[in-house]
Amino acid sequence: MNPVVWTNIAYLGASVCFIIGLRMLSSPATARKGNLLSATGMLIAIVLTLISKDIVTYKWIAIAILIGTVIGFFTARLVAMTRMPEMVAIFNGFGGISSLLVGWSVYHMMRDQGAFTAFTIYLSVLIGGLTFTGSMVAFIKLSDTWKAISKAVLYKGQQIVNGALLVATVWICVLYTMNSAAHYPLFLVAVVLSLVLGVLVVIPIGGADMPVVISLLNSYSGLAACAAGFVIKNNILIVAGALVGASGMVLTNIMCKAMNRSLANVLFSGFGSVTTSKKGGGGIQGEVSPINVADAYLILEAARSVLIVPGYGLAVAQAQHVVRELGELLEENGCEVKYGIHPVAGRMPGHMNVLLAEANVPYDELVEPDEINPTMETVDVCIVVGANDVVNPAARDDESSPIYGMPIVEVDRARTVFVLKRSMASGFAGIDNPLFFKDNTRMLFGDAKSSISGLVAEFKGG
Amino acid sequence: MDETMVGIYLGFILLLSIFLGFELISKVPSTLHTPLMSGSNAISGITLVGALLSAGTELDQRVTVILGSLAVVFATINVVGGYFVTDRMLAMFKKKEGHK
Repeated sequence: MNPVVWTNIAYLGASVCFIIGLRMLSSPATARKGNLLSATGMLIAIVLTLISKDIVTYKWIAIAILIGTVIGFFTARLVAMTRMPEMVAIFNGFGGISSLLVGWSVYHMMRDQGAFTAFTIYLSVLIGGLTFTGSMVAFIKLSDTWKAISKAVLYKGQQIVNGALLVATVWICVLYTMNSAAHYPLFLVAVVLSLVLGVLVVIPIGGADMPVVISLLNSYSGLAACAAGFVIKNNILIVAGALVGASGMVLTNIMCKAMNRSLANVLFSGFGSVTTSKKGGGGIQGEVSPINVADAYLILEAARSVLIVPGYGLAVAQAQHVVRELGELLEENGCEVKYGIHPVAGRMPGHMNVLLAEANVPYDELVEPDEINPTMETVDVCIVVGANDVVNPAARDDESSPIYGMPIVEVDRARTVFVLKRSMASGFAGIDNPLFFKDNTRMLFGDAKSSISGLVAEFKGG
Repeated sequence: MDETMVGIYLGFILLLSIFLGFELISKVPSTLHTPLMSGSNAISGITLVGALLSAGTELDQRVTVILGSLAVVFATINVVGGYFVTDRMLAMFKKKEGHK
């Protein structure tokens, strides 16, 4: 049989592996095998491409694959679980840049492309470049190394600048698509433009909205692969790219719903800026009641049911292991322990679940807000570890609050709430939290990790 | 097939794959959303196939080979790193019986 037929049969097999692999992700019990199956599909696609007659020289491929494998392997082995959002962001970016490069290399080899192919080259460069720099900005924001960038960066005329650039991209697209042979310099302008756009689009988005941004960039990296697939007329790129594109869109949608905001609102509003309006409301009146570790221990010792609600602070304090230890001690004490996980807690979808899994918390102890809220009155103690906005009752009660309407874990309805917090500073969204002033709330100030370690020590000593 | 027909045929594949993707991903529980992201990220490294084709053309196409090889490096990091880190994460997810 013709070798092209074999290659395409292999691509078909690889597609089936990707699809069934994703299907197996629907349960934690089969997920690991699913990932392995998906990797097998990838291996089939790569090997069959390598032995196809289209490849003439192997020298550079061998070197490039070696470099990529070493970097990829060691990054994957060494990265801390708390740093997973950064890693996913940077990998998204790499997927994007490689699609850009593929589009560019094809165009460089043959300048005179038909309108349709020229259009898809343009798309793979535009989406790929935007994904790359957008992901790098997201990476910097997530790693918190550069405080000025971590917040939403807004400047006067931002919308106008972005709008103008968007018009420029469309205009160049039309010129380039009509006559690709004559417009190599214009094409290079488009490459630069796509990179600039990526920076400008992500820079106005604040740290707390990162789950949405990473999901969206995830989707873009898939769509960029799709566009590259159209460029080289290759169906496996289109199938795989579309699956990833759809996956990112589904996650983006879930994240937006969990924050009760539209995608447009997340992308264009610059969330940090709304905090100025709250001052008009006069702020929140009341006293906070602090508690110390010894007293907190006495209450926990008598508790029959405890709900632990983690947030990004858990990742920052690296407190997942001591939290699990406390959970186990409580269970030995005859208490029922659950973990309430809000979909946008942390900096990426499922961030908290991974951290708790790392600490050996069984996944059947993790519950979503919808499951736990109806029975919240029966919970003796809620321990809020480094979460803020996702437990803010203002989202339910205060129509003037910027996060009004966002579904929350309604910890304020539990009998007692412990809030573990460094100080009285507001959360990422910069909004006051009335939870801290409630009668049933006790503030346990200090580093979350040392506070919980203290509780663990009390349990062991008592 | 002429270019238009190829485009339409590939468009069909795209459309069906997107709908299939929506169906598949909606069934993934929220507890697995991070591994889903890193795993699907690895899948998007499929551009490696395109990158290999560019990197493997005749050496007189120097720029194409350079661009293609760079693309191979990035896509390989994406594929290898993505699958390994996903495996590392999924290995940690345990049911209650497992850990007691």
